[in-house]
Amino acid sequence: MSNATKTSIHRDVLGASALRPDGAAKVSGKFEFSSDLHAEHMLWGATLRSPHPFARIISIDLSAAYKIDGVEAIITAQDVPGKKTYGLISSDQPVFASEIVRYVGEPVAAVAADHPETCRRALAAIKVNYEVLTPITDAELAMLPSTTQIHPDGNLFRHQRIITGDQNLQGEIIVEATYEMGMQDQAFLGLEAALAIPDSGGAGVEMFVATQWLHEDQKQIAACLDLPLEKIRITLGGVGGAFGAREDISLQVHCALLALRTSRPIKMQYGREESFYGHVHRHPAKIWIRHHATRTGVIQRIESRMVFDGGAYASTSAAVLINGVTHIQGPYKCLNATVDGYAVRTNNPPCGAMRGFGVVQACYAHESQMDKLAVACGLSPVEIRLINAMVTGDKLITGQVVESVAPVERCIRETDAIEMPAPLARNANALEIVGGSGLTSLPHNIVRGVGWGVSIKNLMYSESFDDFATARCQLQNGVVNLKFATVEVGQGFVVLAPQIARSVLGVDEVIIDPVDTRIGSAGSTSASRQTWMSGGAVDGACRLVRQRLFEHVGTKHNIDPLRLVIEDTDVVDMLGDFRISVIEASTGVFIDETFEHHHRPTEELDENGQGNCHVAFAFVAHRAVVDVDVELGLVKVIQIATAQDVGRVLNPIAALGQIEGGIAQGLGLAVMEEIVLDNGKMRNPSFTDYLLPTALDAPQVIAVMIEEPEPQAPLGAKGIGEPPCISVTPAIAAAIRNATGRDLPRVPIRPQDICL
Amino acid sequence: MTVLIPQSLHDALAAATANPDAQIIQGGTDLMVEVNFNHRKPTDVIALRRVDEIRNYVVTADKKNVVIGSGLPYREMEHGELAQLLPALAQAARTVGSPQIRAAGSIGGNLGTCSPAGDALPVLSALDAVINLQTATTSREISVHDFMVGVKRNARQPGELIVSATLPIINGWQGYAKVGVRNAMVISIASCCLVIDREKGSIGVALGSVGPTIIRCRETEQWLAMQIDLKNISIVAPNLLKEFGDRVAKESKPIDDHRSTAAYRRHAVATLSRRLLTRANTQ
Ligand SMILES: Cc1cc2nc3c(=O)[nH]c(=O)nc-3n(C[C@H](O)[C@H](O)[C@H](O)COP(=O)(O)OP(=O)(O)OC[C@H]3O[C@@H](n4cnc5c(N)ncnc54)[C@H](O)[C@@H]3O)c2cc1C
Repeated sequence: MSNATKTSIHRDVLGASALRPDGAAKVSGKFEFSSDLHAEHMLWGATLRSPHPFARIISIDLSAAYKIDGVEAIITAQDVPGKKTYGLISSDQPVFASEIVRYVGEPVAAVAADHPETCRRALAAIKVNYEVLTPITDAELAMLPSTTQIHPDGNLFRHQRIITGDQNLQGEIIVEATYEMGMQDQAFLGLEAALAIPDSGGAGVEMFVATQWLHEDQKQIAACLDLPLEKIRITLGGVGGAFGAREDISLQVHCALLALRTSRPIKMQYGREESFYGHVHRHPAKIWIRHHATRTGVIQRIESRMVFDGGAYASTSAAVLINGVTHIQGPYKCLNATVDGYAVRTNNPPCGAMRGFGVVQACYAHESQMDKLAVACGLSPVEIRLINAMVTGDKLITGQVVESVAPVERCIRETDAIEMPAPLARNANALEIVGGSGLTSLPHNIVRGVGWGVSIKNLMYSESFDDFATARCQLQNGVVNLKFATVEVGQGFVVLAPQIARSVLGVDEVIIDPVDTRIGSAGSTSASRQTWMSGGAVDGACRLVRQRLFEHVGTKHNIDPLRLVIEDTDVVDMLGDFRISVIEASTGVFIDETFEHHHRPTEELDENGQGNCHVAFAFVAHRAVVDVDVELGLVKVIQIATAQDVGRVLNPIAALGQIEGGIAQGLGLAVMEEIVLDNGKMRNPSFTDYLLPTALDAPQVIAVMIEEPEPQAPLGAKGIGEPPCISVTPAIAAAIRNATGRDLPRVPIRPQDICL
Repeated sequence: MTVLIPQSLHDALAAATANPDAQIIQGGTDLMVEVNFNHRKPTDVIALRRVDEIRNYVVTADKKNVVIGSGLPYREMEHGELAQLLPALAQAARTVGSPQIRAAGSIGGNLGTCSPAGDALPVLSALDAVINLQTATTSREISVHDFMVGVKRNARQPGELIVSATLPIINGWQGYAKVGVRNAMVISIASCCLVIDREKGSIGVALGSVGPTIIRCRETEQWLAMQIDLKNISIVAPNLLKEFGDRVAKESKPIDDHRSTAAYRRHAVATLSRRLLTRANTQ
């Protein structure tokens, strides 16, 4: 791993490698995760899930379960007082299945009891009589009109095409292929957990939840409980990672319902296996794509057909699809396109948000194509990408003009300039070579390969959605209190928000008030958006407070407030000698301001996929160096070189953390992470068999951060969370192709794909 | 639930004999996973952590064998005298899980679980280890080949404790190699232990994760012994090496599952066995 740039900034302002306030607690085991929550007299809740991918519920018999000592309540669909379904975009997912179960793991009932073991016994005692139906687990099959409709809403979540330019153009060079991607899991370490405490008389409920978006949870829970919004008060419980898997409701409604039913606090938490069933995953996708180019390698037209398997319920499939189709051109100029995208319902586990959100699938396909194109034109992977690199002002296939800073060429060139790793030493330590401690390989069994990936990723929500963020800033006696509902999932807003306040207001002491629904929404911690959106809100609130402080100081000392600025920790007159510390200036005053940050409005796509649907874009290049034991099909990623368009680095160590973490996640998708499905059933819902990269699998990462401040962004900084995991997957796949000469049209690449 | 923590082998044997249904726990790295998954609900547990006699190893007076206590953690096998005497066991031990697992996990537990993926087991098999089983009143020696009877099934009788495994010190070469889909902390999808005894002029090849239990490739061993003089191992000709691997693969009985395919596993044991045989000649 590379070292973060050391800064010489002595205060933890913007630009400093400020350390996370929760870092030491997390690494020493003292951080309170949601699963550590506890309340006096609490009961435990647990969920009964469908063992079938598709079945009709004939009857549910609760009598035996109720006879178990310690069981306090059992609820099913008929106990949901409000809306029977929920969902982020379309509300198609039942709180509890009542007639039909549509995936393995779908909730059917929930129990509350005095002990988790009592819960387990009660679940085992509930008798559900199913009529098993034949599951539809193939997306192509599900789309056929003759196929059974899995849900009243139909089997198609969304179809979106993009038609632009010359529909008949044929390039001198044509390359085409079909690419496939397996189902990845977010695999956060802190499992789903919540505590719900009922108000007396069932008037409302106080909840502590590990989620990504407090206000969206609040809205969906309130609707299902048939209670006014304000009666559902949610405080963020300690979150151990999210990556998209906490955007959807999992146990929230069940937990709240049980609390209201029993008038006792309810604690619910999933184990690892249940977590695999309890949250959405990354969409498996199949993408056919054909590129037309001139003999010199200039892309002229793209044709593509993209099929995303959304599983049993809608979740965010429609939005994921839009990201896929609108990013299929990659960070390259292209004027003509014919794209068809389908997000399809099947009886597989539901899929939704995961870091990269539809762009991961598209990028794997377009980057694999770029290498094919390079070969066909006799160019290197770097040359073909430079020839086509997009710039600010280019028009996308949606007709949208890229107004964002677009340093694609610079990303590629700076990545290319990073030094290659030393060749594998003949006497290399076994742990450093492919196979690790398994001692499978000797240096002479190993071939080295190099591959490239470059990506474009939209930031924030798209298609006319106003995902604003709210923040409040209070200043008193030199101390700032910040309040927002911005969820910390590990991305680092807990360290960034105080940095912003210190920079704007010249204070040192910044207190973050509890993160809850007692303030306006912050939007979701997803779509690489919180630094931009909540950062913008905190910045805006702090600026309002600063203005009021200057007015106060101006009045008191008879100086025009417009002449005042913050310098380090002082309020200073730009045109005179006046200087007073912020502490002194704010003694005895109380300034309180709230600010909402909205990004510019966007539009929906029309039927031809045209429209300014995205807010902004970020770019990144990855170069992967891998060692492959070609005969055994084993891979070790040696180095990832990357140059990322970050706008502005606000905290170098935190930025590097995002980059290294994203790379590990993209590496996982390239070579090991996959939920293996067999007729709708997960074969590996555990960390024994769902393999995540370990320290020995993590490559050296050399990262360059390209700082060209984004004029649209409040702090000049682009979102940096998603780009690191997007193009690293195709870069690694390309490197393995380079080492083996194989086509490898599917990720994750398994040993047998390489050597058999 | 009761938990007994005997402080000596004598007390442990007495406890196990008195309560043959009690669940034995050594490092707990298999058992606790099963408990967590509710696959097992022990009511009485006998914990062997404090039984020092089985957390040790001894070299026999004639210097021909090593007797390894069933509770000796893998960590102790990775380095030092034991690693010199039994390099293949050291290599197998090094591939087990993570440092935490190696500090707790043991051969007794690997034998107790008797998974075809157990990393110590191909080594015990290739070296024709002998397992010692005792009750308060009995003691018997059983060949590891007879001990391992099927997928997660062994010949231990209720009330018996696995006390030790006896492995010969050979003059020759031995090595272990394991394929997994990541570079550490991984269950093997194919593994191979190869032992060449120069004095006897014999070879032992044992495979993991390619059958219901560990597979000894007896036919291939005999075939190779007829092709080359194993007493003076020399370079194995490429065509012989190829055939050796092919024969090993033929003796394996792998299946398709969510971890890998039968075809890959067959290919992997062929490759691993060839590489180990090559290493035997060059190291
Ligand atoms: C994260 C993780 C990674 C792992 N990785 C590997 C790996 O790479 N390779 C591998 O081979 N294994 C691996 N394992 C499995 C496990 O560590 C090994 O099988 C280990 O050898 C078990 O030893 P133990 O002492 O912990 O057994 P325990 O869990 O204590 O016992 C296992 C079984 O053996 C029985 N038993 C134990 N001792 C005796 C005795 N003296 N007499 C009678 N019965 C006994 C127990 O009753 C139980 O049924 C891993 C486990 C985990 C949790």
